[in-house]
Amino acid sequence: MENLARVASQVRRDIIRMVHAVSSGHPGGSLGCADFFVFMYFHRMEVNPDEFTMDGAQEDVFYLSNGHISPVWYSVLARRGFFEVSELSTFRKISSRLQGHPSVDKKLPGIRVASGSLGQGLSVAIGTALVKKMNQDPRWVYCLMGDGEIQEGQVWEAAMYAGNRGVDNLVGIVDFNNRQIDGDVSQVMGVMPLEDKWKAFGWEVYSMDGHDFGSMRSVMQQIDQHQGSGKPKMIIMKTEMGQGVDYMMGTHKWHGSAPNDEQLESALNQLAESLGDY
Amino acid sequence: MEILTYGNKDTRSGFGEGLRRLGALNPNVVALCADLTGSLKMDAFEKSFPDRFFQIGIAEANMIGIAAGMTVGGKIPFTGTFANFSTSRVYDQIRQSIAYSQKNVKICASHAGLTLGEDGATHQVLEDIGMMRMLPNMTVVVPADYNQTLNATLAVAAWDGPVYLRFGRPSVPIFTHEDAPFIIGKADVLLEGTDVTIIACGHMVWKSLEAAQELKKHGISAEVINMHTIKPLDNNAILSSVKKTGCIVTAEEHMRNGGLGDAVAQLLSTHFPVPQAYVAVNDSFGESGTPNQLMKKYHLESHDIFSAAQGLLKTIK
Repeated sequence: MENLARVASQVRRDIIRMVHAVSSGHPGGSLGCADFFVFMYFHRMEVNPDEFTMDGAQEDVFYLSNGHISPVWYSVLARRGFFEVSELSTFRKISSRLQGHPSVDKKLPGIRVASGSLGQGLSVAIGTALVKKMNQDPRWVYCLMGDGEIQEGQVWEAAMYAGNRGVDNLVGIVDFNNRQIDGDVSQVMGVMPLEDKWKAFGWEVYSMDGHDFGSMRSVMQQIDQHQGSGKPKMIIMKTEMGQGVDYMMGTHKWHGSAPNDEQLESALNQLAESLGDY
Repeated sequence: MEILTYGNKDTRSGFGEGLRRLGALNPNVVALCADLTGSLKMDAFEKSFPDRFFQIGIAEANMIGIAAGMTVGGKIPFTGTFANFSTSRVYDQIRQSIAYSQKNVKICASHAGLTLGEDGATHQVLEDIGMMRMLPNMTVVVPADYNQTLNATLAVAAWDGPVYLRFGRPSVPIFTHEDAPFIIGKADVLLEGTDVTIIACGHMVWKSLEAAQELKKHGISAEVINMHTIKPLDNNAILSSVKKTGCIVTAEEHMRNGGLGDAVAQLLSTHFPVPQAYVAVNDSFGESGTPNQLMKKYHLESHDIFSAAQGLLKTIK
């Protein structure tokens, strides 16, 4: 767990540096989900970074529905060995495989569907979960969404389907930071009560602290115990947008804006370089 | 000049039969439907392969996403609903999760165009060919009759990549042979002629053959081409025909904007400009009525193709 924290610190440095280098991107949600991504890719999931396959047979499959937090995903994929860490320097630049929002057309290992236009990932994850059942593949399918994202209607079409059909090898995660571009989620368009909504659609609901590896481990253990329960699983993951960089926390303002040179320095001073910068 | 026919049947039944056969031929074929199983004739597949049939309910966006996700793991998903709900309702889902993501999904769309009939304009999509041919990575197939729709359904399963397969509701003459191979991107020259080229897709192919018969009575030799694949377009078939005839009529049960006619015009304007007449709906929604009444009112009858060809020849000769 201590090692996970070290990796997460490096991932946060990567995020800040990637976004700063092109003066664009979404640092806030990326920082907020850094601990979760590190936990998933370095502890929880069965993945094959050496030989990435689109089919992901006998592997856990992860979908990022809120594709704008691509910096955290790219950093974690690189740090986990899906591609060279040096490639992080191409983020959002012309001809890069690291598009502003994740894509598959440039064949970046680790990504199985494009995302960015919100609300689509959970449906895709259901499709893959159904096929895993047909293929008697026991691994999980995960889908991370933003809390603002679930304002999209398609999410609730997907919620209804998975609940009705008992897609119990599917784990959804809502990044509950209560921030979106225009302000607090509760002000822009409230999504509460979150737990009751998912329960009403037939899901098992779990609460998790997205900055506490112990909480993550405990929730995943509970989920393992409910494998085959006949119900899809939804994790309400409490996070702080901008986590790890003091001036980015407690506000929605760093959802989609990049730090300047001074802000970069300030942020990097708060984050230990544990694995070496790219 | 008599065109051999094999009776009448709806093209959607060709899809249904093709899908049923695919179920037996290819265990990776799965089918998804958004509460229109009977209308799409997918019930035979559902009955024969219940484990590979997925009733999604009235949730087309979710259906498109689930289909995209099913390709991860090697399935070949066929989605089924009306053409309007297969395209305009879910355009962004198709764009991001299927076309941009290069997913091997077959979007199968029935009740396209005016011949949907009495339900009216809310259901009569006339923009779908245009929308789908604009998407990179998308193949667009519009077969002409029952046999061809059946064979096209088999062919798109073997084609690697996203496909939009468009067919219709009414019973129409069958004039392609049941054993005729369907080659995506390879047009069928149904009649050879020298005075005017008529290129059509879907229900308008039979009407073009009727128009050609009428033109012949007036001493005009028409070449009729069944352009069952709108994208990739068979450029060679078009160019070699117009080099012979020097003018062209395009006929489609679709809006003028963006459809087969525009695809052909785009090719000809840059490669071999010739006078062209469109037989298509002119920037208008449809309305309620019987299919025959609607085709007449919106000028999509064989007589309209005949007049377009005759008028075109008058202006250039």
